[in-house]
Amino acid sequence: MQSSENNVILSFQDLNVKFTLRGQTLHAIRGVSLDVLQGESIAIVGESGSGKSVFVKCTMGLLDANGYISGGSILYNGQDLTTFRTDDDWLKIRGKEIAMVFQDPMTSLNPLKTIGKQIQEAVELHQGLKGPRAKQAVMEILSDVGIDDPVRRYKQYPHEFSGGMRQRVVIAIAVACRPRILICDEPTTALDVTIQAQILELIKAMQKKYNLTTIYITHDLGVVANVADRIAVMYAGDIVEVGSCDEVFYDPKHPYTWALLSSLPQLGVKNEPLYAIQGTPPNLFHEVRGDAFAPRNPRALKIDFLERPPMFDVSPTHKARTWLLDPRAPKVEPPEHSRSLREKGVSRRV
Amino acid sequence: MSEQRKKLVEVQDLTVKFGSKRHPFTAVDRVSFHIFQGETFGLVGESGSGKTTIGRSIIRIHPTAGGKILYGGRQINGRISRQLDQEVTQKIQMIFQDPMSSLNERAKVDYIVSEGLYSRGHHLPEKERQEKVAKALSDVGLLPEFASRFPHEFSGGQRQRIGIARALIMEPDFIIADEPISALDVSIRAQVLNLLSQLQKERGLTYLFIAHDLSVVRFICDRIAVIQKGKIVELAESEELFAHPFHPYTQALLSAIPQPDPIGERNKKLLVYDPDCHHYGPENQPSWQEVCPGHFVLASQEELERYRGQL
Repeated sequence: MQSSENNVILSFQDLNVKFTLRGQTLHAIRGVSLDVLQGESIAIVGESGSGKSVFVKCTMGLLDANGYISGGSILYNGQDLTTFRTDDDWLKIRGKEIAMVFQDPMTSLNPLKTIGKQIQEAVELHQGLKGPRAKQAVMEILSDVGIDDPVRRYKQYPHEFSGGMRQRVVIAIAVACRPRILICDEPTTALDVTIQAQILELIKAMQKKYNLTTIYITHDLGVVANVADRIAVMYAGDIVEVGSCDEVFYDPKHPYTWALLSSLPQLGVKNEPLYAIQGTPPNLFHEVRGDAFAPRNPRALKIDFLERPPMFDVSPTHKARTWLLDPRAPKVEPPEHSRSLREKGVSRRV
Repeated sequence: MSEQRKKLVEVQDLTVKFGSKRHPFTAVDRVSFHIFQGETFGLVGESGSGKTTIGRSIIRIHPTAGGKILYGGRQINGRISRQLDQEVTQKIQMIFQDPMSSLNERAKVDYIVSEGLYSRGHHLPEKERQEKVAKALSDVGLLPEFASRFPHEFSGGQRQRIGIARALIMEPDFIIADEPISALDVSIRAQVLNLLSQLQKERGLTYLFIAHDLSVVRFICDRIAVIQKGKIVELAESEELFAHPFHPYTQALLSAIPQPDPIGERNKKLLVYDPDCHHYGPENQPSWQEVCPGHFVLASQEELERYRGQL
């Protein structure tokens, strides 16, 4: 990863996104900056309503009609994506440069068209192949994504496929466009655990084969330990912590990351209640003062309620937005769970 | 010790078939297990394995093709008396998977929660009914004022709490929870799991917990049965199952659990279950065997000896 450090493929700078809803304004993304590096896989983690989906939808022009970018820029290949207005502009990016795998494979395929035709559509449009040669390319992609007997499968409809197989088809369509960036929006939440592991392996294999940059969006920190190089934790429309996978798991700094890790059932102890985050996320119709997580953080500092913390650097790759990293802040120890995780990580590394 | 515990639910050789007479499909194939009073019994398997079908058969949604389901010693599948049917519908309740689609969008919470009371036939005085609704709501950590709202005004976790309140108002003994948390966010899952175990402690409830994710089940269940293609392949106390998984399918399921530990994940080897690995022939058919006390597995004689050797 070191060599690609200067190789930023997609750069978000102070991005602000707002929605208008019944005359009120909802501030969904509140000044987020993030650099995505060429060839890496980055995971954006947050609970529902944290704005993680909205954040990546901006890069494809898929915001709902009542949403708009109110400030900041998204730089891709020297172009600012926030200046794009027409569908013609977006068609140069969508699919061709940035492709997306959606959450639910049950609803993201056309039920009236055969699987083969749906993939072929993408092949013809983006690779410029026609007729038998396009069909040949579809067969290759189908066996690439692990679908056996492509000749028979080509003629089948989505309802003849299981959930995991459908997600493979969706991935096939996405990579058939030969994109540079692949966005996976909760690619496995609708799937079984066994299938989930297989799909994650497949996305990893596709990333290697086609030299893709992947962006995962998920609410489950447990899922991304295997696949992500870097992790960005999002809360209430803001990235509160970003760092390499090991840094976020073994040495998290933000109280929200502590809370997310502690509430994983994998870390639960039998006959003791699981750690649960109290309260609900802030209402983004109102302006958020200070640290957005402070009202739910039992050990919040006084300043957390008054002023929004800046991004503090922990290491060159690890940043967190919490006052706890200020030199004047009192020393607050991370909770039990993340300490035990850190010890595990340290002992493994030695 | 377990011999003295009372069996609340017994399932014996349960078979459930779907499809027409000409093209029958056996969803559940001669499954037997029992659930002790007051315990949480986990049923784990991938989609299509028949785990939901078993739950639905117990609550009398699906007719059974063979076998017996006993509740408190009395048979409750097939033809039963009207009185027993009413008792069963009250004593056994279900919590569904997706709180977004399992609540009536057009009804207020007040009606959703008390619908079970209406359908039992004897109408309560209005005041008493409202009191019951308020009590059920506060039991699951919601405000009684929420009764006058509609489901769309709630978040996923709150909706699942409404689903639990709807089950609780019937004062059940036995609750079938069909993937109650797989549609929820990780941060909300912990809240709902805590609520379920708290309610169990307070009221001595018995749960049948259906899930596909073994990591969740380990935390909440006393005993776990692993089901594959309509057959139970392994059954053990939950810690025992995690410590000594014998059946290759259980091992595959365990290897698929995502761990919040990057270094461990990188060195992880994903096991994929291949049904042909058993080499079952006509003379070595698998049968239900007890490997060590309380730990059962579906295995042939030869495999059983190998499993015992591993202990």
